[in-house]
Amino acid sequence: MNLLNISGSPHVHSDESTKKIMWRVNMALIPALLVAIAYFGINALLVSIIAVVSCVLFQWLIEKFILKVPTTICDGSAVVTGLLLAFNVPATPSMMWIVIIGALVAIGIGKMTFGGLGKNPFNPALVGRVFLLISFPVQMTTWPVVDGIFPMHFDLATGATPLAAFKEGSLGSDVTLWDAFLGHIGGSMGEVSALAILIGAAYLCWKKIISWHIPVSFIGTAFIFSAILWLVNPDQYMDPLMTLFTGGIMLGACFMATDMVTSPMAKSGQLIFGVGCGLLTIIIRNWGAYPEGVSFAILLMNSVTPLINRWCKPARFAE
Amino acid sequence: MGGVHPEENKISNDAAIEVMPVPAQMVVMMNQHLGAPATPVVQKGDKVKVGQLIGEAQAFMCANVHSPVSGTVLKVDTVKDAFGITKPAVYITVEGDEWQETIDRTPDIKRECTLEPQAIVAKLKEMGIVGLGGATFPAHIKYNIPEGKKAEYLIINAAECEPYLTSDYRVMMEHPEEVCIGVSILRKALGVPNAYIGIENNKPLAIAKMQEVAKQFEGIVIEPLKVKYPQGAEKQLINAVTGRKVPSGKLPIDVGCVVSNLGTSFAVYEAVQKNKPLIENILTVTGKKLPSQHNYIVRIGTTYNDIIKHAIGQLPDTTGKVISGGTMMGRAVVNLDAPTVKGNSSVLVMDEGEARRNPETACIRCGKCMHACPMGLEPYLFSALVKNGRIEDAQKHNILDCIECGCCFFSCPANKPLTDEIRLGKNKVRAMMAAKK
Repeated sequence: MNLLNISGSPHVHSDESTKKIMWRVNMALIPALLVAIAYFGINALLVSIIAVVSCVLFQWLIEKFILKVPTTICDGSAVVTGLLLAFNVPATPSMMWIVIIGALVAIGIGKMTFGGLGKNPFNPALVGRVFLLISFPVQMTTWPVVDGIFPMHFDLATGATPLAAFKEGSLGSDVTLWDAFLGHIGGSMGEVSALAILIGAAYLCWKKIISWHIPVSFIGTAFIFSAILWLVNPDQYMDPLMTLFTGGIMLGACFMATDMVTSPMAKSGQLIFGVGCGLLTIIIRNWGAYPEGVSFAILLMNSVTPLINRWCKPARFAE
Repeated sequence: MGGVHPEENKISNDAAIEVMPVPAQMVVMMNQHLGAPATPVVQKGDKVKVGQLIGEAQAFMCANVHSPVSGTVLKVDTVKDAFGITKPAVYITVEGDEWQETIDRTPDIKRECTLEPQAIVAKLKEMGIVGLGGATFPAHIKYNIPEGKKAEYLIINAAECEPYLTSDYRVMMEHPEEVCIGVSILRKALGVPNAYIGIENNKPLAIAKMQEVAKQFEGIVIEPLKVKYPQGAEKQLINAVTGRKVPSGKLPIDVGCVVSNLGTSFAVYEAVQKNKPLIENILTVTGKKLPSQHNYIVRIGTTYNDIIKHAIGQLPDTTGKVISGGTMMGRAVVNLDAPTVKGNSSVLVMDEGEARRNPETACIRCGKCMHACPMGLEPYLFSALVKNGRIEDAQKHNILDCIECGCCFFSCPANKPLTDEIRLGKNKVRAMMAAKK
């Protein structure tokens, strides 16, 4: 007989693992990816593949040659970063090289400089995205025009997102709420369809990877805040439902703000985090320089997550 | 609040309690309970009978130890216990099976108890009764309510929320009446109007049986409980039954509660009604890869090897770990030659595959440990604080409230041994507090 193992209790484990969580997040992103391919064609698929491959490759190179630690590319977290980065850029041919720079910034600066998975204070994909937005403002805001499902050709220069159009003072009257919900609008490739994002989020909730607290407080705050503004002056401010279904609120609230590493742990802290994201998003959209504020809002709230964690403790037993 | 749902694995549920034969030699440890060891009152060469006092409780926190066999004392020496720690013990060479005459060995069930509360407590002390839920707290101390405190509830823990364990379940199925008599005696000792027996809803047969029998008794309420580990943990059980919460650093009696294990109430029945000291354990022998599953009544002091040999011949080749207790809070056995002691509830054999821990990965701050913690603590934080030597901070964040239920490690996707780290931290906090005094 073998020697007996000795260890402290417990002697069983739930069999949950980081790897399983990350691959489930990837599963949850598939509906939005399919919608992106349907609306933006082969470009969307290519940009996604390039983003994912570069994120995984950069992580491997950094772990192998710079940090000299065992590689963790199989845990799926770099794939999540790659997909989310791709979802945050327009599906245009120029993105096929720009997104590689984004991947280097996301993985290299956003994640590995801090010590890798679990140690990064900011959502890596958003770090990459904001870097690209500042460095390549033209390419990052040139949107392919959506012209029906499975389009064969694109007219790049003329597209504008509903948010950008609104910022310039004219919300295209042809954009209906239904189009926005299904994703039949201009925008970054992963953010266009609220429906596809909600399907993915429902799957994550079911698997208990995310809870309702951040998405609901984020979306709820954005809705209430924008509704108040709209009621005060419907000519100047966007209709609250349109606000939710355009731009990155859905993607941000369901997939970016809920990133375990960079969001608070206690439920009360998650509610504060979500409310903060919602408020900042609407403030930036209406009074900031950019038409869209989700990325900045989440990154700003990421920066106060350690403080929220310190302040929001779970309810102790008998207190 | 908190809690997890480990696989129940109650595979020995239907195995009726069998009597394990008495081995040829018996080693009886002198500290089988919480507190100081009992003082041996026999010498080499003495003849002893089953049930004879061989270790006397002389310290305050101590319990009597009785001989589980008849025979001759071989030596008074020490023995390595199941976890490798040397403890004082009496070795007895077994000769026949001669019981003390005072012990009533008839199968008749004796219902009437005329003893006054104080006499009941004295009897518990005389018979060496300790809590059989795992802590082995001497019963005569628990049932002697200190001045200024008042017991309002007696709660009997029959949740058996630990995976694999079935000994309490078998006792309820086979000896429900004795259990109820034991509970009535304890109720009388405390002078409380009602005793509540908490049973998890995953044992419907036991609930039905106990409800039927409890009808014939005054003041026994069967309380079905939600299935959730650790439902049977003292503070959680009190909360589930009474709605009261024992504050940090306080005892159940501070909220008017006394909690006892179901197995203890059966031992109380035997002690008070039958004059039988605590010399036997009811013990589950189980494991997924074992050829058969058993529940035994075992003389306390029978070694793990004796039990394994009788139950299944020998351990399977692929055995990875032997656990005394359940998979969540049980302890891994180091020494199979060690004698069993009061409060042992199982010999659980885990396969190599089951026993292996997955490699640890980076914490992704998911907060699962925090949400699983039934005490509302932050295990990930303790892990970091203890590793960085910040013991005072760990104490400030209530590390001593941890009940070591294992829910944090169980649910951690990064496989961090949080419960181990917290145990270490608790010891460091206690050492720091002792040094300050």
